[in-house]
Amino acid sequence: MKKIEAIIKPHKLDEVKDALDKAGIHGMTITEVKGYGRQKGHVEMYRGAEYQVVFKAKVKIEVVVTDAIAASVVDAIRAAANTNAIGDGKIFVLNVEEAVRIRTNERGETAV
Amino acid sequence: MFKNILLALTLALVVLVGTGTCFAGDPPKPDPSGASIGTASDVVNATSGAPTAEDMEKMAAAEPLATKLADVIGHNRIAINMVWTLICGFLVMFMQCGFALAETGFTRAKNAGHTMGMNMMVYAIGMLGFWICGFGLQMGGSGGAAALGGGGVLNSEFIVNIFGKDFGLFGTKGFFLGSDVYDGTVLTIFLFQMVFMDTTATIPTGAMAERWTFKHFCLYGFFISMFVYPLYANWVWGGGFLSQLGANFGLGHGLMDFAGSSVVHMTGGVAALAGAMVLGPRLGKFRADGTANAIPGHHIPMAIAGCLILAFGWFGFNAGSTLAGGDLRIGVVAANTMLASAGGCMTALLYMWMRFGKPDVSMAANGLLAGLVAITAPCAFVTPIMSVVIGGIAGVILCMSVLFIENTLKIDDPVGAISVHGVCGTWGMLALGLFADGTYGDGANGVKGAVTGLFYGDASQFMAQVVGVSVNIIFVFVVMFIFFKVSNKFVKMRVAPELEQEGLDMAEVAVIGYPEFSINKTHR
Repeated sequence: MKKIEAIIKPHKLDEVKDALDKAGIHGMTITEVKGYGRQKGHVEMYRGAEYQVVFKAKVKIEVVVTDAIAASVVDAIRAAANTNAIGDGKIFVLNVEEAVRIRTNERGETAV
Repeated sequence: MFKNILLALTLALVVLVGTGTCFAGDPPKPDPSGASIGTASDVVNATSGAPTAEDMEKMAAAEPLATKLADVIGHNRIAINMVWTLICGFLVMFMQCGFALAETGFTRAKNAGHTMGMNMMVYAIGMLGFWICGFGLQMGGSGGAAALGGGGVLNSEFIVNIFGKDFGLFGTKGFFLGSDVYDGTVLTIFLFQMVFMDTTATIPTGAMAERWTFKHFCLYGFFISMFVYPLYANWVWGGGFLSQLGANFGLGHGLMDFAGSSVVHMTGGVAALAGAMVLGPRLGKFRADGTANAIPGHHIPMAIAGCLILAFGWFGFNAGSTLAGGDLRIGVVAANTMLASAGGCMTALLYMWMRFGKPDVSMAANGLLAGLVAITAPCAFVTPIMSVVIGGIAGVILCMSVLFIENTLKIDDPVGAISVHGVCGTWGMLALGLFADGTYGDGANGVKGAVTGLFYGDASQFMAQVVGVSVNIIFVFVVMFIFFKVSNKFVKMRVAPELEQEGLDMAEVAVIGYPEFSINKTHR
């Protein structure tokens, strides 16, 4: 099993969710997060004075999938979240040791 | 606080013992029931075609029914004026809500409970202070208001005679609204003047937001409502010396301030300047190299709603200052008021757009208020075209003032109160002296002829305005600066730095503005 963590622009969430639905993913967890990468924030003006916005708002999506479809899910997220502009975010893929469905006690890939 | 109340009591006693002013003839009696307010005498000279006193005397024997009807008409005339004044007073009271929303929206979420708390408590504290001695000092010698049927019991002013001229300094009657002023007209005047005073008292809470201790704020609330506002207001509206600059020294009609560009807004704005200077900037407002760092407000919809509520309440402020629904200049006053707000809003928006590339909505909302503050003094005396011009110039002055105060003076004013109320209030006072068109205000402050500005032929009115704003800036700034400096020795003004970083809500007022949300404690 793989856990896919994607940090994307907040306004891309609907499109990424639709893409994951199409790819056969039936559940996901999202978190509103803040951060910066190479983009390093930007400068805004308020009432004629500058201020640095360092931590930009992003959405983090977490899904756990079987090894077989992991690569295609990553591609689907990338395609949906891409705007070709700086600050589009990143996708990380991690190995998952175990999964448990709490209600039925199913284990492993049947639980995801 | 107890010290202040004791002080007021002592002062009240001193002046009660020391007054000797009285009018010739029967002393006026208060009328608590209101039954005898508004009589046939209020019909006399009420309009250009109204009967004169001689007409009434002559016809009394021939037409007794007409005399009786005249009594009812007089009562109705005063009733219309009193209802108008009260409703406008209620509108001005609602401006407290506008101030609360605007100030809270333009500051950070972690201080929302504290900022709202100051705006609510200034209503209660200010009103009590004004009831104790503020009203008496302001209006005790004003002679009441003819448009409201009398109030002649307010007949005691402390006067100093210099060079053979009388200088009225403060009223000496009406403290605690005791039985000697238990009168329908007087209490209508009290309500109307109280909500004006409260507008002044709440202005500095914006400039000093996010770092002021609640305890010191309470002390301030009593001080400004009991002494500072009432004294200047007496000089302009209570029959004091600035109102007599015309009668005594030939300066136009004396200081003219129709609804309070100086009395209300300059007093608040100048007090805010003194307070913000003594209190110092918020942590993180200025970088190590001295450049300003923006600290965006947390709730722009709240702030904009607040500014629009203020604009609504302003109709009461300006049109209500006729104290007379029967004075049909109110249409001009109300229309001028809204035109100036549009002018100020538009020019502030355009200024920011052209200078910084984006239309800054928060500044446009300030511009709306700037136009309103500027038109507050001249609203009854200028043309609609000049109202748009006065408001439009105010919007530009506002933007330049905000940038100057922040970048040059290095004073932190989170909501722009000093610029909106102090600077644009000054502009409004001078604008009256420039643009008053000579169509209104005949006989104002005991001077014959209509109020006329420099560009319409009367330079002396402009001089009166210059004297008036100078007195305001010097008196209010010096007194408030000393008050803040001295009281700071006894009651700490500034919260501890840890509290300022954490937010003032829990530590200062024991409520969290938004307990169910996680709040960003920093501004980035």
